Amino acid sequence: MRRIFGRIYTYMLLIFLYAPVIIMAVYSFNESRTSKIWGGFSLKWYISLFSNKQILTALTHTLIIAAVAMIISTIIGTLAAVGISGLGKYSKKTIMAINYLGIINPDIIIGVSLMLLFTFMDLNFGFLTMFISHITFCIPFVVISVMPVIKKLNTNTINAAYDLGAKPLYTLRKVIIPQIRPGIITGALLAFTLSLDDFVVSFFTTGSGVTNLSIYVYTSARRGISPEINALSVLMLTVVFTLLVAVNLRMLKTERKTK
Amino acid sequence: MQFKKRFSYPYIAWSVLFVIAPLTIMLLYAFGVLGGEGITLDNFKTFFQPAYLKIFAKSLLMAAICTALCLVVSYPAAYYISRLNGRKRNILFTLIIVPTWMNALLRTYSWMTLLAKNGIINNFLTLFGLAQMNLLYNNGAVFIGMVYNYLPFMLYPIYSTLIKTPRIYEKASMDLGANRLTTFFKITLPLSAPGIITGIAMVFIPSVCMFVIPDLLGGAQQMYMGKLIQHQFFQKGDWGFGSALAVILTIVILTIMYFINKYDADSLKGENMQ
Repeated sequence: MRRIFGRIYTYMLLIFLYAPVIIMAVYSFNESRTSKIWGGFSLKWYISLFSNKQILTALTHTLIIAAVAMIISTIIGTLAAVGISGLGKYSKKTIMAINYLGIINPDIIIGVSLMLLFTFMDLNFGFLTMFISHITFCIPFVVISVMPVIKKLNTNTINAAYDLGAKPLYTLRKVIIPQIRPGIITGALLAFTLSLDDFVVSFFTTGSGVTNLSIYVYTSARRGISPEINALSVLMLTVVFTLLVAVNLRMLKTERKTK
Repeated sequence: MQFKKRFSYPYIAWSVLFVIAPLTIMLLYAFGVLGGEGITLDNFKTFFQPAYLKIFAKSLLMAAICTALCLVVSYPAAYYISRLNGRKRNILFTLIIVPTWMNALLRTYSWMTLLAKNGIINNFLTLFGLAQMNLLYNNGAVFIGMVYNYLPFMLYPIYSTLIKTPRIYEKASMDLGANRLTTFFKITLPLSAPGIITGIAMVFIPSVCMFVIPDLLGGAQQMYMGKLIQHQFFQKGDWGFGSALAVILTIVILTIMYFINKYDADSLKGENMQ
């Protein structure tokens, strides 16, 4: 009896969690706009999506920003994770606290504070400011993805490289990075996904002309619902979802390997 | 291994420039050093006007109710899933976690498609000859959006602690003659406290700051802290006051995190003593 109750309850919760998204997805294939409940299956909203210039530009912007944010945050974050283990106890604690701050800090605070900084520095709001902010919120996640792999790194291999006369950068390239590659790839994927997914920080740090997909969805959603935005949301969800499945499978795999 | 230190310098420089400096500038704006006429507490005084205090109180209250509701709703499910075995448990748990991977903007938008005037629920109501209802743009809609968005963040930590606590304690309690209810309230619930505390932080913090949910589901009338901040920067152009609000919000969040970390440290000490 208790079990049955628990099961029904949990399934009801799952329905609550999935219903809105599934219904939205189903309706993105609806032929009619709003007049009827169901006007038949159609891909017309997806087709109109891909002939909409604004959306295509927004998509390009989103991809460029995500790619740049991924590459730079992965480089800085990986180097940082390698370097942090060589720092003294006190500086290590401080830098990890700042990293933690980057993770728990709500995006509205990150967005507002960066916007103020850019104004203070007299930067033009646009691609550059978007790049900087996306890199900023991605690095902490790269660091925490790479750190666990570094902890398990065999330091003897590094010392051996040194004894054999390798320079630090050469050691990094030939000895350290190959060993921590799984962590780096996970971190990079995570950074890419976070950048694709971000709305609030972009909203505060974008400039005229640089609209990404989430800003586009937001501005259209404020005007009301439309099947086109349903379709766009479904596509965005599918991409982010696929990437995150990949990240999580990778994490599981590395966990199993290290066990 | 001294050489390695140098690799962290770019990140340190980046953090100083784009994490520490922005927060400092935010403080300077809040105290009127930048964009104002020298050091002043005026922006904070403005905050203590009844109208703004009311918005602050409303945000805290909504966040608190939302957190409580998330806790009550997710605990039974977390408990049920944690008692299943192996494969089934993992599948159910993954299903609960997956929605958190979608961003809040899209999840909130999906509720708009349900609740809007020409949305799906209203379409069904008219189909059955019922009158259309105003479901969107009120506090109720904001509330649904909040619980929907943050529920998994509560369930996740509770579930994690529940599966980690050894079942022997519960068995011992039953063997000693306690019934199921007593065992639950005296053993299971206290032992899952760390998960509950983490869950509270993970739900309360974003719900105090939320800005997308009230904007899309609450409409123009419903004002909350996050939206008020955005309003000050984009509509009012009062950056000093906007920064002051952001500073206040940051203080609230850091205070919560401080207590939670303290609690964590204490419970760790307790574990070590055993």
